[in-house]
Amino acid sequence: MSHVLLRHRDIPNLKQLDVYVEHGGFQAFRKAVTAMQPGEVTEQVKISGLRGRGGAGFPTGLKWSFIDNNNWPHYVVANADESEPGTFKDRELMEENPYQFLEGLAIASYAVKANRAYVYLRGEFWPVARFLDACIAEMEEAGYLGDNLFGTDYSLRIYTHLGAGAYICGEETALLESLEGNRGQPRLRPPFPPSYGLYGKPTIVNNVETLTNVPPIIEHGGEWYRTFGTEKSPGVKLFSLSGNVEKPGNYELPLGTTFRELIFTHGGGISNGRGIKAIMPAGASSSVLPATDEVLDTPMDYESVRAVGSDLGSASVIVIDDSFSMDWVVNKTLHFFKHESCGKCTPCREGTYWMMNVSDRITQGRATKDDIALLESVARQIRGKSLCALGEFSTMAVVTSIERFRDDFEAKTRTEEAEG
Amino acid sequence: MNRLLAQYPQQVKDILAKYPPEHKRSAVMPLLYLAQGDKMHITRQDLTDVGEICGMTETEVESIVGFYTLYHEEPGGKFRIQVCTDLPCALRGAEEFYAGLCERLGVEDGGTTEDGLITVEQVKCLAACHRAPMLQVQSGHGLDYHENLTVDLAMEIIDGLRQAARTEKKEAQA
Ligand SMILES: Cc1cc2nc3c(=O)[nH]c(=O)nc-3n(C[C@H](O)[C@H](O)[C@H](O)COP(=O)(O)O)c2cc1C
Ligand code: SF4
Ligand code: FES
Repeated sequence: MSHVLLRHRDIPNLKQLDVYVEHGGFQAFRKAVTAMQPGEVTEQVKISGLRGRGGAGFPTGLKWSFIDNNNWPHYVVANADESEPGTFKDRELMEENPYQFLEGLAIASYAVKANRAYVYLRGEFWPVARFLDACIAEMEEAGYLGDNLFGTDYSLRIYTHLGAGAYICGEETALLESLEGNRGQPRLRPPFPPSYGLYGKPTIVNNVETLTNVPPIIEHGGEWYRTFGTEKSPGVKLFSLSGNVEKPGNYELPLGTTFRELIFTHGGGISNGRGIKAIMPAGASSSVLPATDEVLDTPMDYESVRAVGSDLGSASVIVIDDSFSMDWVVNKTLHFFKHESCGKCTPCREGTYWMMNVSDRITQGRATKDDIALLESVARQIRGKSLCALGEFSTMAVVTSIERFRDDFEAKTRTEEAEG
Repeated sequence: MNRLLAQYPQQVKDILAKYPPEHKRSAVMPLLYLAQGDKMHITRQDLTDVGEICGMTETEVESIVGFYTLYHEEPGGKFRIQVCTDLPCALRGAEEFYAGLCERLGVEDGGTTEDGLITVEQVKCLAACHRAPMLQVQSGHGLDYHENLTVDLAMEIIDGLRQAARTEKKEAQA
């Protein structure tokens, strides 16, 4: 099957404007601007069933239809912060198939009548931003960006903006704060960005992969997109496969492909002849799944992964082999979340700090069995009390690992008697 | 006098042009990168200069510098070698790689080499997990990724940086 998103793997030099145009590039944008009303574009995206690829899986067309048409101007912001441990798909899209992404951003902007769009990239993507700047300049030169596009009165400009090292800026309201020149700390919601976004104006924030799906959807129609994937999770998805597999990398597969197919057929199985122990389907923010046959045969779509006790999220599948103890895995995630908590609310700021400390004790063999219960109870206290989802994310691996891999934790703790 | 305006008038203008004129504050992050530049840290004067251009107080600019990890308040090496030791990379040996690199450079975690050129530190996921072990080099010229590394390969990269620094110094003296 040829790729819908990773088309550069089928077409050499697709990152050159002339090659992209030769292969039908910007036909969808032209069609949208010259032959479709903005509402019709949104309607096709709704029909396609496309859901946000940044993690939350919110229906994209529905989000666009929420834009407040009584408040102007409108903005569209592409979320290229890609900082979830285990996620490296947006980077490949921007580096290798940049024009399809930018065309998707342009179509989204037309659909919500925005004349200005931003790409917010994590600071480490400095070379990617410079490359996109060059692509944007070429698009302006060729008449795909600027004033009076395709002879209409629609105009659009796209700008890049670099973050500077803060995972929380991937959260859409923190991202908007950061873009406004503030510290990247989440806003209280509602109001949501489609009514109150950048500079307080109606704004659509979409992930890079989400937007890259848009040109083929407009070109072939929403119904066509539904021929991939499952009824409730239509379409194709990029899976970033990492950890202890032979062939880590990005794989474009229909939603609903099983973990087994991804890990063993595409990923070449587990490295060094080890056995598979656990899977984190959504990066460090995942509930951890034991790699049982039931789990391995689970289709990777939003509903099925939830049904076995985790979430698909951004589909950053981290595979862990049987040489690792889960208390160490949890410890790694807690160092991450402690570092990345933005500090705005107490349960998350203090909770990640305490969880990390208790987890350090366990992993270093300085803890008693009571510390396992303590770790779990701190995690449970954070839940439901945090301003943004980061607080929640920080507890996922903790609670599920203790529940599903308790032996790993107990093996690390001392009994009270031995202590004496 | 505003050093940024004097030294980089065109860059400042290009940065400001990216944002609506009434929202100059949005320019604070790119301006801080510009100010940090080659010297690889932000000074008091930078805070004043950046604040003056985008309409912020020194304290406000300082709070931005403090929030984001890629701005440095303390002088460090000319090159910052940032090794990812986050979970997916650690599963593929990044912690051993980092320890080996520190040993070869004769520095502790977070330390700077004797020649003052190289600072090594551990960082979180850099979106390159499938090519672990990996590191990025942050310098005044921006950021570069180096992937699928061994300690030997990393040392070659570092030798290259040292070589470049020597050439630059000679050129500056000439
Ligand atoms: C802590 C946190 C980090 C996030 N990081 C990212 C990210 O790096 N990239 C991304 O696209 N979305 C990220 N999101 C999700 C965004 O808030 C938002 O849902 C998304 O950008 C919407 O776009 P979509 O509907 O196209 O997925 C993050 C959310 C949270 C709570
Ligand atoms: S939950 Fe954590 S990251 Fe989110 S706003 Fe609160 S302190 Fe910041
Ligand atoms: S964990 Fe190292 S790059 Fe992702």
